[in-house]
Amino acid sequence: MNGLDLVNWQCLYSAADVKVCLKKVHTLRYAEEVCYDNTLIIKPFSSGLEIGSSNWRISGPRRNLMYLTSSVFESDHTMDFDYRSLQGSDVILFSDCSYVHNTEYKVPCTSSASLSSDCYSDRANNAAELLSDNSESLKEMQKIGFICSCAVNSVKAGGCVLISIGRIGSSLVLLEQLSLMLDSSDLKIPIFLLSTSAEEMLAFSNVIPEWLCNQRQQKLYSGEALFSHTELLGAKKIHVFPGVDSPGLINAWQEPCIVFSPHWNLRIGPVVHLLRRWRGNEKCLLVIEHMMDTDIALLPFKPLAMKVLQCSFLSGIRLDKVQPLMEKLQPKIVLYPEDSRIRVLPDDRNLYTILYYTKNETVRIPCLRNEIEAELSKDLAIGLKPKLLKNGSMAIARVKGKINLNLGRHLLGPVPEPSRTFQHEDEKDLMDVVSVENSRIFQRRGDLPVLAEKSSRIFHNRVVHWGSMDPSMLLVALEERGINGTLVKHETSSGFSCKIHVSEPNKAVIDISGSSSVISTGDESLGALILEAVSSTLDSI
Amino acid sequence: MTIECLVLGAGQEVGKSCVVVTTGGKRIMFDCGMHMGYQDRRRYPNFSLIPGSNDFDTAITCIIITHFHLDHIGALPYFTEVLGYQGPIYMTYPTKALAPLMLEDYRKVMVDRRGEKEQFTAQQIQGCMKKVTAVDLKQTVQVDKDLEIRAYYAGHVIGAAMFYAKVGSCTVVYTGDYNMTPDRHLGAAQIDRLYVDLLITESTYANSVRESKLARERDFLTAVHKCVAGGGKVLIPIFALGRAQELCMLLDDFWERMNLKIPIYFSAGLTIQANMYYKILIGWTSQKVKDAYVTRNAFDFKNVCDFDRSQMTAPGPCVLFATPGMLSGGFSLEVFKQWAPSEMNLICLPGYCVYGTVGNKLMSKPKQIILDDKTHIDVRCQIHQLAFTAHTDSKGIMDLIKHVSPRQVVLVHGERPNMEILRERIKSELTIECHIPANHETVSVPSTQIVKVDMTKAFIKHNTSMMRRRVLDDIIEGNKTLTGLPSKVAEGIIVMEKGKRAKIVHQEELLPFLNTKEHEVHCSYCFPVYVGIQSGEVSMAKKSEGLSIERDSKGSSMQKDLDALSAERNLKAFMVEKDSRSLLERDLEALPAERNLASSSGTEVAIEIDQMSEKSEALFAERCLASLDRHPLLHLLFLKLKEWIGEVENIQELYGCIQLNSMCIHVCGNEDCPYRTEPAKEYDRALFFCCSWSWVDEKLARRVVSFMKDLDLSCD
Ligand SMILES: [Zn+2]
Ligand SMILES: [Zn+2]
Ligand SMILES: [Zn+2]
Repeated sequence: MNGLDLVNWQCLYSAADVKVCLKKVHTLRYAEEVCYDNTLIIKPFSSGLEIGSSNWRISGPRRNLMYLTSSVFESDHTMDFDYRSLQGSDVILFSDCSYVHNTEYKVPCTSSASLSSDCYSDRANNAAELLSDNSESLKEMQKIGFICSCAVNSVKAGGCVLISIGRIGSSLVLLEQLSLMLDSSDLKIPIFLLSTSAEEMLAFSNVIPEWLCNQRQQKLYSGEALFSHTELLGAKKIHVFPGVDSPGLINAWQEPCIVFSPHWNLRIGPVVHLLRRWRGNEKCLLVIEHMMDTDIALLPFKPLAMKVLQCSFLSGIRLDKVQPLMEKLQPKIVLYPEDSRIRVLPDDRNLYTILYYTKNETVRIPCLRNEIEAELSKDLAIGLKPKLLKNGSMAIARVKGKINLNLGRHLLGPVPEPSRTFQHEDEKDLMDVVSVENSRIFQRRGDLPVLAEKSSRIFHNRVVHWGSMDPSMLLVALEERGINGTLVKHETSSGFSCKIHVSEPNKAVIDISGSSSVISTGDESLGALILEAVSSTLDSI
Repeated sequence: MTIECLVLGAGQEVGKSCVVVTTGGKRIMFDCGMHMGYQDRRRYPNFSLIPGSNDFDTAITCIIITHFHLDHIGALPYFTEVLGYQGPIYMTYPTKALAPLMLEDYRKVMVDRRGEKEQFTAQQIQGCMKKVTAVDLKQTVQVDKDLEIRAYYAGHVIGAAMFYAKVGSCTVVYTGDYNMTPDRHLGAAQIDRLYVDLLITESTYANSVRESKLARERDFLTAVHKCVAGGGKVLIPIFALGRAQELCMLLDDFWERMNLKIPIYFSAGLTIQANMYYKILIGWTSQKVKDAYVTRNAFDFKNVCDFDRSQMTAPGPCVLFATPGMLSGGFSLEVFKQWAPSEMNLICLPGYCVYGTVGNKLMSKPKQIILDDKTHIDVRCQIHQLAFTAHTDSKGIMDLIKHVSPRQVVLVHGERPNMEILRERIKSELTIECHIPANHETVSVPSTQIVKVDMTKAFIKHNTSMMRRRVLDDIIEGNKTLTGLPSKVAEGIIVMEKGKRAKIVHQEELLPFLNTKEHEVHCSYCFPVYVGIQSGEVSMAKKSEGLSIERDSKGSSMQKDLDALSAERNLKAFMVEKDSRSLLERDLEALPAERNLASSSGTEVAIEIDQMSEKSEALFAERCLASLDRHPLLHLLFLKLKEWIGEVENIQELYGCIQLNSMCIHVCGNEDCPYRTEPAKEYDRALFFCCSWSWVDEKLARRVVSFMKDLDLSCD
């Protein structure tokens, strides 16, 4: 180690920093929805890995994304992987990288690529079976059982057992099983928990029924403690101390014993002290989790005579379950980490788009929807006056309302009428002014529809016509209104143009080009009739 | 669509809460309680009134139980095990854990008391509870595709919840019992501002405002202390769960502080086991109790021990918590018979006592209680009514209604006279419609209804004026900022196509969306107006008026510059005027060089004009000048029109034209103008005006034209 490395030995954060930081954390329960910025709805679901671990759904107005982390289908401590609630996600960001560290996983055979289509229903059934089988949790229980029997054998032989695993749920189950096995072997061996957070963790794990697996919840209903350590503490079978120097530890200490003291790379805390004490004793046993560099972790304690048991707990979705899971969830797009092992997964049916992501690179996810799913109040919908378009397949109507954004959903509702009872004084004055104005207009201009014009201008409601004008259709429409016209066509530099000349009942010219019609007449009633005819041959709103 | 609210129990009374809400093809039963005051069939809700009651599984979508009190859950085993309902049932974790204790306790009392034929067996209680799905607070549960429910903290007892249910766009909140002020072990009720269609709320204390909690606690402790200090026995008839734990915490604390050694007993059945549940469920208590659990679980009572039957007649002071509450029978009634005749003793009645129970009779402080023909009990002991209750008072109810902001309110779980007073307050102070249905009555409430549509981004963007605050605080505020931000009147066009979801687009998007182009419909009319002089003399007239504009457009270059300048200035002002946009486009179109500039639509026009090259600017100025040439008569016309129309109309004079809505009036010098229907020569002393307008302004334009035709623009 040279001087440069020492620079990294600075304090990253203090206990106070941690406290301040956690104060900023907004906690949610499973399936609780929280809305951010009135646009995004965030909702966690149990992932089954550890107590409280979650997969997260983030729903925006135009798509929703599922952040799928390391998940365990069935657990004997934590609430199961709630995968059913993940259905209906547009995008799944698959970030379960547990297989990278786990040697147990095998890449599934790729021969299924040759499956014919009639096998699909079969496969779907198999998928459901595969997802709901409990072989995983059985296997985990077997592992725990194996650790227990190794530990019991060690203490029977007079050795001590040091268990340094960081998985909280698994530790609690191991603690339970171990004490059961000691009881059944009629061994009076004390179990010590040496950790600064052990006391709190034990107390906490017994007051959170809503975060635990089904079997543990059943214990709540029968009035039993969720984990048996409450009882074990009462019976003085387990002893909890923050560290090796805690007062009272000396008096309670007794060897052989079993000690739980987690540290992820065996460098800090009571685990160091105890490893030094027991490393030379071949009767003793060290239980650690599978790690990348066991040799480096154990290096300071060499030569090591004590036995070492390395175990790996299930820490994610098994590779062979990834595809059945996706079939069940039916996303539109799945993002996998750029990793050859995931790449081998057969995808013969293109049920969804697969994209790959890598470190420090932004992946653009194609837009799935251009529009925003929204709501229209029935009050407004009833008031609509739809108009069938000339092509016959669509109807359109103007709609006017007030957009309300609530919980990320847009609702177009009626414009609230100004309430008479709560009218503001100023508002009232304004109303008076308006009505005076109106009466003046009507006096001056008789029957002019001033109000209608006014409001149409306020809301920029320009009446729009579209479609191409068919002069012969217009002639028919004119005829229906008792107007006879003669059609004069002529080519212009910019394309087609034509005129309809009307001489009866009065003079008028209709100038038609591709994009406009100009009606020219001095006769007001004739003009109105022609307008009507023109309008009827076009689509408009 | 409406929300039908059928009250099967707790209508203008307290007891057997059961409200069946039907909407959007779903039917939810809120609570399934029993009435403690009746022993006949009236104790259960009359389930046969539920439409389709021959098959409850199809008739009812789900049952929601708010809390473990028997008046809310007492009939559930009967409904599931005897009447055979198999569908989903929801309640919170604590309620699922504690309800069987309450039910079992009640079952025993019923069987023990009169050897009554049991309504349901212990096994049936277990069977019933197996069908229950436990939910967490705020967990949004999808009961089925269309029904969503969510629990909110209600205070009252551990695990008590208010439930929000949403069917399509119909929303309901059913409160169950709740408490708006925190007590010794529970927090206050908490709910989001949900703006529901219907709020069904309890109204036990519809017309009372409670005084301070501290004073009431002190009164209780003083009464108990006085009794035991005088060697008396204190009987607190109570239900196993809820108030028992709260009072126990209070007494345990007091005993510690006063260093008292007098025993506090829990009668068997109640109890220590119940406290075990409380210890696990500490996460559902108040923050204060929760925070302390690692060092000491608040439900580890130091001074409390189990009661042995033989101690009933033993001498010496003690405090006894005995079930059931309200002295409705069982052990507490037995103890009451023993202890009531002594003046030294004290009976504390915590909370509400249902009509028909001994507890209810005691509230009027009678000298004697007649249980039946053979049993008359002399009541000489002190009676202390605990004024504190886990129900909200009228202020709390009003606060909750104000907060939830429902469209209508239904009051249940209360007494009619008080409910009537509260109803009037809700109507007058909150202007919210309020109902107090009696049992078996149905209230129909309209619901907000919505249609699912798509909206385009442009439509939303153009029609909402909201300020986004991208502050981290928003996450923390979370639900508090859910209310819609201020919005303006939105206008768009809804496009409906068979088999597709309707889509609302912005007006400007419609034509591109339909893959078509606008077809403009204009009217144009070129006609003479009497001016009193030869058209050839116009320029002379102008000069005589002293206006310095040269008829020759190549006149004084300085003047031209000035005019160009003013034209530009006008142009700027003009661009602001959005309504005049179409005119500007047309004007520009007339200039061949600028044709390309004018083809754009919408507000972009202004931007493009900004980018006009200097050359085209000059061209434009020239053209404006050409129009300005004839300014005097146009201006005169403008003044006359303005006078005729009045200030209120949007009339403007721009270079070379008068603009009125879409109508545009030019002086026309083109003798072959296609819009002239009459030949020019007949009108030597007239000036032609070319008018054009969009067809929407037809009526207005025609009136303007006829006004102009009658006009005399001669200079006098
Ligand atoms: Zn209650
Ligand atoms: Zn109640
Ligand atoms: Zn003209």
